[in-house]
Amino acid sequence: MPRFGESVDRYLRRELLPTVWCPGCGNGSIVQALAMALARIGREPEDVVVVGGIGCSGRTPFYLATNALHTTHGRALAFATGLKLARPDLEVVVTSGDGDSLAIGGNHFIHAARRNLDVTLLLFNNAIYGMTGGQAAPTTPTGSRTSTSPGSGSTERSFDAVELAMAAGATFVARTTTFDVQEMPLYIERAIRHRGFSMVEIITQCPTYYGRLNRLGEAPAMLVWERDMTGEPSDDQHGWKTGVFRDDDLPAYGDLTGQNSVRTRA
Amino acid sequence: MALRMVMGNEAAVQGALAGGCDFYAGYPITPATEILEEMGRRLPPRGGVFLQMEDELAAMAAVVGAAWGGARAMTATSGPGFSLMQEHIGYAAITQTPCVVIDVQRGGPSTGLPTLPAQGDVMQARYGTHGDRPAIVLTASSVREAYTTTRKAFQLAERHRTPVVVLLDAVIAHMREPVELPPLPEPALNPWPGSSGTEPPFGAHPFTPFGGPSPIVVTGLSHGEDGWPRTGAGQATERMLKDAIAGIAEDPSLTQGVERYCMDDATVAVVAYGITARAAHAAVETLRAEGERAGLLKLDVLWPLPEAALLEAAEQVDGLLVVEMNLGQLVMPVRAVVGGRTHVAHLGRADGLLLSPDVIARRLQALTASVRS
Repeated sequence: MPRFGESVDRYLRRELLPTVWCPGCGNGSIVQALAMALARIGREPEDVVVVGGIGCSGRTPFYLATNALHTTHGRALAFATGLKLARPDLEVVVTSGDGDSLAIGGNHFIHAARRNLDVTLLLFNNAIYGMTGGQAAPTTPTGSRTSTSPGSGSTERSFDAVELAMAAGATFVARTTTFDVQEMPLYIERAIRHRGFSMVEIITQCPTYYGRLNRLGEAPAMLVWERDMTGEPSDDQHGWKTGVFRDDDLPAYGDLTGQNSVRTRA
Repeated sequence: MALRMVMGNEAAVQGALAGGCDFYAGYPITPATEILEEMGRRLPPRGGVFLQMEDELAAMAAVVGAAWGGARAMTATSGPGFSLMQEHIGYAAITQTPCVVIDVQRGGPSTGLPTLPAQGDVMQARYGTHGDRPAIVLTASSVREAYTTTRKAFQLAERHRTPVVVLLDAVIAHMREPVELPPLPEPALNPWPGSSGTEPPFGAHPFTPFGGPSPIVVTGLSHGEDGWPRTGAGQATERMLKDAIAGIAEDPSLTQGVERYCMDDATVAVVAYGITARAAHAAVETLRAEGERAGLLKLDVLWPLPEAALLEAAEQVDGLLVVEMNLGQLVMPVRAVVGGRTHVAHLGRADGLLLSPDVIARRLQALTASVRS
């Protein structure tokens, strides 16, 4: 029986460390949580495809020892749709940022949810565009400073990805944070095991841009900020609720039509 | 088999299925919608996957994703949708993903003339995505050719590991002609040959989709033959592109993609493709009946441009007339190839009306008169 650490290592490309991400970035915590979830599920790495978009989150697939499909900006879910229907036997996990999934890719986000396509979306929400240097995102809270909302901060309202996913028809919807390092892999594991469209929104710190521009301090201070900003679903006092908001058993896309690829029927 | 009245779009579907197509993702758009509808009827009973996506960006993305799942995948669209697909045609090119895109041309730009034919996407089909790529663009001038060309597109996509564009037009797509199409083979599991896991996934190797013995890395970033990003200057992608461009330039099924009609003794010739070549054929027949030595070069492959055939014709005739339903697209590379060896004139229109045999014949007569004087 291998030690748990060894089984997690099967899913990581340790030789690529350190990552491309800035010191203190939360994305590395999500990579570890995803590797832990895959290790618990136990699929062979070659039977898993991690699909990334463009942006900091889009680089995630390179750090997993699975198949990697690094696609275009905003369209990872559309690539994943074709892939999953062509090979329903493969496990497909999409890693995408808040700008990637909710701005340029918003259409694909709601339609993947509506179809209840059997893929998992890990939505990395750092409330800002990191790769391009700190511009306002659809998730930037009103009043937050970014390089494109200087001075008194963003005047736009922000999306709530959990509400959007539920309204669009996702059948497993959860939110956690990079502060919640024990909860995060458990949610990801449940999402991957779920049949149908599953989304886990993960609030992740960007100390380089969001933290610096909004004077939230370095990564440790931002983790405390994440803790203080989140509450249980019943808690009305805090910005982001965490927890599992929906876990419904409904037919996934393809179940009703009986569409199955010739490749997996053979 | 018996003759049957078949619509061009329907023939293209039959050709795709004969070519092994087992995945279709699309979005409704005139005048390509019948391809979507026909695929929706015919693919699932054959064990294939049919999918109507939320837009053309998504359709082309799903096609590339499905190809990496091992599918023989395609989509079809018209001008506005073809514009949206360009980013992912580029993605398919840099990731060496075999797939097929049918563009049924209609009047443009923008929404333009949704129900009327045009040939205004010739340059977009070649240069529509940013950066350089090995472009294979085929065309058809009859319902039968809509079948044979689409079938051939799948072979070429597989051979060269690149997206292949089939340019139809609204007339070919909606026209019905009596044709006899061979019965379809039974759907079969048709694995890609190069899935041994011993060859690198990129470069001049057979396509290796996901699901093989070892994980693969696929990225739209510049990458090496192993698939891993190489984003410094002077990296491997330029060489991979050059190899691929050279590969298609040497493929005889592309370089010989020309039909010659009455060319043996021609002193003047039309260069045409698609529905316009049908009218040009009739024009040449008319002129021949009047005793004029007119000929036709009908291009079945637009890109790579069949340069040898054009040069050969240019050495022979006193003038070439490029006829196309746009305001001057293919005429530019034809002039570049001919390089002054003969006079190259242009006859074009982009108002949704066909170029009639009579108009082409008169223009060809005028060209003959001007080069003789």
